[in-house]
Amino acid sequence: MDRILRSMLLTEIVKGFLLTLKYIFFVPRVTINYPYEKGPISPRFRGEHALRRYPNGEERCIACKLCEAICPALAITIEAEPREDGSRRTTRYDIDMTKCIYCGLCQEACPVDAIVEGPNFEFATETREELYYNKERLLANGDRWEAQIAANLVKDAPYR
Amino acid sequence: MPKVTINGMEIEVEPGTSILQAAEQLGIEVPRFCYHDKLSVPANCRMCLVQVEGGPPKPVASCAMACGDGMIVRTDTDVVKKARKGVMEMLLINHPLDCPVCDQGGECDLQDQAMAYGFDRSRFHENKRAVEDKDLGPLISTVMTRCINCTRCVRFAEEIAGTPVLGQLNRGEDAEIGTFVGELVKTELSGNLVDVCPVGALTSKPYAFAARPWELKKTESIDVHDAVGSNIRIDSRGREVMRILPRLNEDVNEEWISDKTRYACDGLRYKRLDRPYIRCESSNRLLAASWPEAFAHIRERLEGLQGENIAALAGDLSDVESMTALKDLMRRLGSANLDCRTDNADFDVSSRAGYLFNSTISGIDQADLIILIGVNPRYEATMVNARIRRAWLERRVKVVMIGQGADLTYPYDHYGTGTKDITQFAEEFAGKLPAKKPMMIVGAGVFRRDDGMALHGALYEAAEKLGIVTKEWNGFNVLHSAASRVGALDIGFVPQKDALDFRSIIAGTKDGSIKALYLLGSDEFNARVNIGWKTFVIYQGHHGDQAAQRANVILPGAAYTEKDGIFVNTEGRPQLARKAVSPPGEAREDWKIIRALSDELGEPLPYNTLAQLRERIRGEWPLFRSIDEITPAKWTRFGGKGKVHAETLESYGSSFYLSNPICRASKTMNECVEAFTNEERYSEAAE
Repeated sequence: MDRILRSMLLTEIVKGFLLTLKYIFFVPRVTINYPYEKGPISPRFRGEHALRRYPNGEERCIACKLCEAICPALAITIEAEPREDGSRRTTRYDIDMTKCIYCGLCQEACPVDAIVEGPNFEFATETREELYYNKERLLANGDRWEAQIAANLVKDAPYR
Repeated sequence: MPKVTINGMEIEVEPGTSILQAAEQLGIEVPRFCYHDKLSVPANCRMCLVQVEGGPPKPVASCAMACGDGMIVRTDTDVVKKARKGVMEMLLINHPLDCPVCDQGGECDLQDQAMAYGFDRSRFHENKRAVEDKDLGPLISTVMTRCINCTRCVRFAEEIAGTPVLGQLNRGEDAEIGTFVGELVKTELSGNLVDVCPVGALTSKPYAFAARPWELKKTESIDVHDAVGSNIRIDSRGREVMRILPRLNEDVNEEWISDKTRYACDGLRYKRLDRPYIRCESSNRLLAASWPEAFAHIRERLEGLQGENIAALAGDLSDVESMTALKDLMRRLGSANLDCRTDNADFDVSSRAGYLFNSTISGIDQADLIILIGVNPRYEATMVNARIRRAWLERRVKVVMIGQGADLTYPYDHYGTGTKDITQFAEEFAGKLPAKKPMMIVGAGVFRRDDGMALHGALYEAAEKLGIVTKEWNGFNVLHSAASRVGALDIGFVPQKDALDFRSIIAGTKDGSIKALYLLGSDEFNARVNIGWKTFVIYQGHHGDQAAQRANVILPGAAYTEKDGIFVNTEGRPQLARKAVSPPGEAREDWKIIRALSDELGEPLPYNTLAQLRERIRGEWPLFRSIDEITPAKWTRFGGKGKVHAETLESYGSSFYLSNPICRASKTMNECVEAFTNEERYSEAAE
């Protein structure tokens, strides 16, 4: 009885239209116009890697190789030797971004916060080769994103 | 024999055994820093504290407390745990938190024990101390702030190396390890300081920051830089040998190795032959070639040559397999002109006892008199010298030297320098040596003379007269310095019957009777000067050294880290060297090259795998059936008759750091020469 009445009066269709009307006029829009607009991301977002520097321009990485050791995808390759001033530095720091699984263990392992996964997620390329990052590329990334990375680290600090 | 109970387990130990050693026998781990089983016991780190029930009312240092009968020891009580935690916290007060940049990281005793027994935070908030770094030469880099003052290095330098230049200065917080008036550590064993250091205060300079222990592939192998056959571990990454470490073998090198063994490995990267070369006849230059081209060229040049016009020489670093293959190939070509004594030595090879280190290296621990003849064991066989020093240090064994004197790190009686002093000594002490187990150690370098055969005979006479060979004890020893020598002599890589020996082969190249010469890594003599220009020279080896400059064809071979091979040490102990990395470029393992060449020459050798080749070796020479074991040699007459010229006995010891092609290519070894040898010369000039 009840079912027959509901189908006669088309209540479900009316309900549906009302919902549509509500989203057209009364609820704020959720679709964004990517790439001109972007959604919010967490300070813990694990995007493209970057090698950071100290404020005086000295690279942070000390070639301890802990990130290389912990990387479950074996994406990181490091070679090191003493620099002219006798300090321990990398001569090679490569990340194969096609191997990387963005687990974030490298930045967890880093004792000096040198390797980080920054907020950038837009680094698609046309060829695979472009995704084999070397030290220059990673340091350039660090320089480009330093402001945001530093801000994210500050935001996340209380939870660490 | 005292009986002790440790953690409820009972054990009976030798009198004088410390609690720590007894615990180790039971498999109970006791943490320690200053205690090292080859060094004296200072008991200053206090990490090995244990509780002795019914003993003193406080924890005792187990390394310095001897086991008493009926002692009940506990290593797992709360008191012990708290004591360890306290000691650890004290040690870490002044230890910097620089594990990420420290080369010891990952294989550090302090790191491991802090994890296992330490406290997870520090209550010390004041400033840490800093200590000035010391300059210990080109092999050891120091970060003295990391030092925990265990004094292992001081004790090693004093007791094992015999160069007491390190010492502990000042007291309390100012305590530090220093060198005596800024001297370098001038010892051939200095690399072992890095091994004994439980923290990262002393680390290897050439290896600085190069690799982490967890990324290295470890291969157990044998050293070839001297004839001791030290047991080593090759740590490699990818295709590169990163470092060489000692491996424990109580019969050979205990747990030390010489600096040459340890640090010459960077020579494996430089000056390598990585492809075949053929010398162009018109321009007289070496041109790169392919393997088939090189083989074809050899076939062309060997075609029509008689067996007696061909000769082969084996160098100091050759393995038994490749020498056997070369010997077989030469036999097929109809030649018996073989020799391995490329240092110009001449001695009787018919009796095995005549060229072996018969008493064995561990026999030095029983010897009660040591007669050194024309030998400088410090440079020719550093590990043997360390044993002799210990014999002197622990038992005050008398050492007599006949030959040129040198600083051997222990005192000796210098009896004479010439050959006549041997006979004189033998006559003076004939049958009345004040010893039960006397040892005579003859340096193989003394045979580098025209009357080497006669000298060998004179040495036999002397040994008989002195009575150093009895039924249970053979005290006659020849100390070789080439890793390949004993193996080559054992397989008979020497002239057969009336064939030519090294001297005649060299002379033959000049008068034209030797038309083709096969050099298997013979870099000990100056090939450019000594080999006549008409001879066709095939050089098979791994470094572009002396012989490669003279070669007409170069066949690139593998170095000792790049092939499986048997090496027989000076005692006659066959040991297996294992392949750690691949040879560079187109270089191949040596026996394979000879096997492939035999096909080209139409005389294929009857083995295709290493196993078949080893089967052939074991078949003809049974001593290779027992790897790592010594087959004792029967004492029979050796040596020639004739007059021995009264000349000074020359030992090798020309240059410890540059004795073979690998060392000569090594940057580190050349730096050592700069730092140690030249400095000595300067200081001598100043005096």
